[in-house]
Amino acid sequence: MKPAPFLYFAPNSLDEALLLLAQYGDEGKVLAGGQSLIPTMNFRLAQPAVLIDLNLIAELFYVRAQADGPLHIGAMTRQRTLERDPLIAAHAPLLQATMPHIAHPQIRNRGTIGGSLAHADPAAELPAVALALNAQLRLRSQHNERWVAARDFYRGLFTTALAADEMLVEIALPSLPPRTGWSIQEMARRHGDYAIVGVAATLTLDEQGRCTQATLALLSVGEGPVQAQQAIKLLQGELPTPALLAAAAATTAQIDIDPTADIHASVAFRRHLAQVLTRKALTEAFERAKR
Amino acid sequence: MTTRYFGQPIKRNEDPRLLTGQALFTDDVHLPNMLHVAFLRSDYAHAHIRSINVSAAQAIPGVVAIYTADDLGDYWRPGPLLVPPPPVKDLIFNPRMQVPLAKNKVRHVGEPIVVIVAESRYIAEDAAQQIFVDFEPLPAVVDIEKALAPDAPVIHPDLAHNLNAHVIQRKGDYAAIRDQAAVLIKRRFLYDRGTAAAMENRGIVADWDAKNEQLTMWDTTQAPIPIRNGIAAMLGLSERQVRVVAPFIGGGFGPKIMMFYPEEVLLPWISMRLNRPVKWIEDRSENFYATTQERGQVHEAEIALTRDGRVLGIHDLFLHDAGAYAPYGLTVALNSQCTLLGQYDVPHYYSEFKAVFTNKPIVTPYRGAGRQHGVFVMERLLDIAAKELGIDRVEIRRRNLIPPEKFPYNNEIIYQDFAPLIYDSGNYAPALDKALALIDYTNFIQTEQPRLRAEGKLVGLGLVTYVEGTGIGPYEGAKVTIETSGRVSVATGIGTQGQGHYTVFAQVVAEQLGVNVENVRLVTGDTAEFYWGAGTFASRGAVVAGNAIHAAAVKVRQKILKRASEDLEAAEEDLELVDGTVRVKGSPSTAIKLGELAARLNPLRGAVKPGAEPGLEATDYFGPERGATASGVHAMIVEVDPETMQVEIKKYIAVHDCGVVINPMILEGQIQGGVAQGIGNAFYEQLIFDENGQLLNASFMDYLLPTADTVPRVEMDHVETRSPLNPLGIKGAGEAGAIPVGPLFAQAVEDALIGYNIEILEIPLSPNRLFELVLEPQQGS
Ligand SMILES: Cc1cc2nc3c(=O)[nH]c(=O)nc-3n(C[C@H](O)[C@H](O)[C@H](O)COP(=O)(O)OP(=O)(O)OC[C@H]3O[C@@H](n4cnc5c(N)ncnc54)[C@H](O)[C@@H]3O)c2cc1C
Repeated sequence: MKPAPFLYFAPNSLDEALLLLAQYGDEGKVLAGGQSLIPTMNFRLAQPAVLIDLNLIAELFYVRAQADGPLHIGAMTRQRTLERDPLIAAHAPLLQATMPHIAHPQIRNRGTIGGSLAHADPAAELPAVALALNAQLRLRSQHNERWVAARDFYRGLFTTALAADEMLVEIALPSLPPRTGWSIQEMARRHGDYAIVGVAATLTLDEQGRCTQATLALLSVGEGPVQAQQAIKLLQGELPTPALLAAAAATTAQIDIDPTADIHASVAFRRHLAQVLTRKALTEAFERAKR
Repeated sequence: MTTRYFGQPIKRNEDPRLLTGQALFTDDVHLPNMLHVAFLRSDYAHAHIRSINVSAAQAIPGVVAIYTADDLGDYWRPGPLLVPPPPVKDLIFNPRMQVPLAKNKVRHVGEPIVVIVAESRYIAEDAAQQIFVDFEPLPAVVDIEKALAPDAPVIHPDLAHNLNAHVIQRKGDYAAIRDQAAVLIKRRFLYDRGTAAAMENRGIVADWDAKNEQLTMWDTTQAPIPIRNGIAAMLGLSERQVRVVAPFIGGGFGPKIMMFYPEEVLLPWISMRLNRPVKWIEDRSENFYATTQERGQVHEAEIALTRDGRVLGIHDLFLHDAGAYAPYGLTVALNSQCTLLGQYDVPHYYSEFKAVFTNKPIVTPYRGAGRQHGVFVMERLLDIAAKELGIDRVEIRRRNLIPPEKFPYNNEIIYQDFAPLIYDSGNYAPALDKALALIDYTNFIQTEQPRLRAEGKLVGLGLVTYVEGTGIGPYEGAKVTIETSGRVSVATGIGTQGQGHYTVFAQVVAEQLGVNVENVRLVTGDTAEFYWGAGTFASRGAVVAGNAIHAAAVKVRQKILKRASEDLEAAEEDLELVDGTVRVKGSPSTAIKLGELAARLNPLRGAVKPGAEPGLEATDYFGPERGATASGVHAMIVEVDPETMQVEIKKYIAVHDCGVVINPMILEGQIQGGVAQGIGNAFYEQLIFDENGQLLNASFMDYLLPTADTVPRVEMDHVETRSPLNPLGIKGAGEAGAIPVGPLFAQAVEDALIGYNIEILEIPLSPNRLFELVLEPQQGS
């Protein structure tokens, strides 16, 4: 389990890193926390010729909040920081609550938000949470910059909108409207394992208690994070009664997702879990929204 | 026997070294000029090798040598048969052993084909990637129930079929009593096991010193002496020219016994050929294929009972997965056969098994070593019988326990040590009572469970019993020496893998010599220190080596008393050994330090009496007539979440009888660790092979080991029934914790899911499998 030979660069600035990326394009890979990349290299499943280490680029590590504006998070911000930073707790409690579900403290000490979002593992929590929070992602290459919505970023199994010379540099999370509740629910075999199924949800109520906006994103049920489109439609404009939430959960499980079987779960079990967890997530989000 | 040392929860002598990272493990051995080894292994479970092209790999700078089977010449030989079959009538046995490197054919994924020696492991692995093997894939034998089909692919062509062994053992006459039974219950059971997943993988450093013509080998083996003997013979060296050191080992559990693994056989040969030290450390990926495992059995079992729940007999037919080769003989399957009857007085038993070859890694003993499979079948049959007869599950067990007056109890079949399966001693009812008290059985069943169920909580209880054959022969030996400093050194031949040998053996010695446990220094696992012995396996370390050490210590004690009685002018009976001195009882100042006495016995000038032996030292050996049978009862309470099918263990208790206890703290650690592995087996771990024999979960991402938060703290109690088979009265304890967990888990989960009316006839389980089991009857209706 030793990686194949590679060239290693550890630039100090984003510009340098982008220059290297422009130069090495397809053969190069950026190294963030290394918690997914290094194991794949040790298994020789990935054999990048060049590694561009982002860990010395101070300008990629930050969490910033503007009054009423979005929360900005540098791509290299460690998952452990997201768990502990009071700005995250205040502005994106769903993100904070997600962290303990991701692996173990040792891994979160290294793993980054950008690394997880860019890696696009369908079983990862952060891509689904990015969908649920309507995240905007800032992508940069040597000469260009663009913003892509999380929902447009994911393109299939381990694939994203990132071009070979592009890097994810920042995540922006719009602030939650008033009367918004949220929830993350998942089922993993052991604490810290990738989930068999997970659900992230937000629910926004108007003054009459009707649902004005809902987000519902699932993990481990498709080739990437999956939005439960039909279920969201069911909720829009309605009073979130237990019956409605149950119907939304059933719609999620039966219509919105197309899970596959693997050694841990059959399709039927995944649909069952999706239903159970979606109902729990919507119920909890609703309870929080009412407060 | 509880005294100052023996029977006390004394802290472990080895822990300071282990906990501060000072202990030597094989990978800590760094020698000047050392080369590193990697293997190219088969990607196919079953294939012909048409050709191997190593030229591109050879050209890589830093590659020193590459060998295929053809390069080994005469050294290429199948490994030894480690355990011959027992003397059972009409037994069929077709041994086929692993080879150092595959020649012409591969028989399981991960089988080594080429060995690469390079200046670093990185380079060696780069080279492995540049070796091209032209395979002709063959259909694989994966499902054991299809292995004997007439059209099954044949794994060892000289055999014409895949039968490794066929064994029938009988007690009484099952066929004759079957008609008298009021109730017959027949079921099909599947019991699959996983890999030991020791924290430390295997590793070897071999160093041929040409000037001294001496080979030193550091090896993660549980049995250094047999390895030394075998390697010396293979290499044409004298046993005195080979030193095998098994340093600290991060877990053995069976697969590290004395396999003569290809790597073990090749590294010394390479070192001699290249005249340089070589190192190979198994990585975790390799461990999933290249280290032996346990795996599945399929049982078709029938139990015959009277109306009041007395077991008249058991009839069991089973298939056992041997893997691609079977160097360890029939041990695992025999253990299943010989452990099934457990604590029960069963007059009639018919047990027939077929061991079959499959295109999967080799199966050899792993903690419990087949006993689990047998215990599962018996305990589940009793559970089903209890339900059918309307008898409480504890009561049906109690009615069938072997009563204390029937010991020694003869099961009339042959055990893995070739001796008749005779339980030496046992007292089962008190352990059962203690278990009922610890788990608060009556209260739980009558009050707690109904109350929690009314709240919608799916809680269930399990309670099972088991026996463990332990402490088998042939023998071990030990040398005990009192040094002139007063320190005591003890050398024995077995290896150690974390069990606490440094402490329990010191306790045995301290008991005889009256010295502090910390003053006893043990050397195990170094063939230069002790020449004779077998190894650590089959829960035999404490029993066999412990009694050998005891015997040697007793001899040293006699030497002390003899000489001190002369020097102190007192009768031997009036002397006592206390605090590192020998002194006259009632007159503590009339004393000699043991170190001083040792010095007197090793004079540098003058004359000694004719026949005098120098020093205070003795060597002795111990070999039991046959194994000692330990026993126990485990119980637990679980809660099942009906929405996710997650199982939470609320309480776990174990009552254990391993005869006289040397160190209760270490014993509890052994049981706790065994239970953890048992829980892994029951609910987390499973090696999943596809129809081509590919292992689908060969990493810790998908092969789930139980973690600290999934394993409860086991509450324990003990019963002490002496073994009459050894002077210390002890029985082994190493495997006990792991054995009964499968049926326990099944019973408790079934109880929790009582409303769903399921029968759990298989292990391992998982949330997904429980979901399927619960749905099956619903879909059927
Ligand atoms: C034992 C274990 C358990 C785990 N359990 C979970 C879990 O339960 N849930 C979960 O979600 N994750 C889990 N992970 C993964 C972990 O969260 C990783 O941290 C994460 O997937 C990747 O983040 P990283 O910073 O380590 O990225 P890296 O491993 O460094 O990189 C991953 C990939 O993303 C690319 N990349 C990284 N940063 C950028 C960027 N800024 N722009 C463009 N491309 C980039 C890399 O080139 C690489 O291809 C686990 C990991 C381990 C080792």
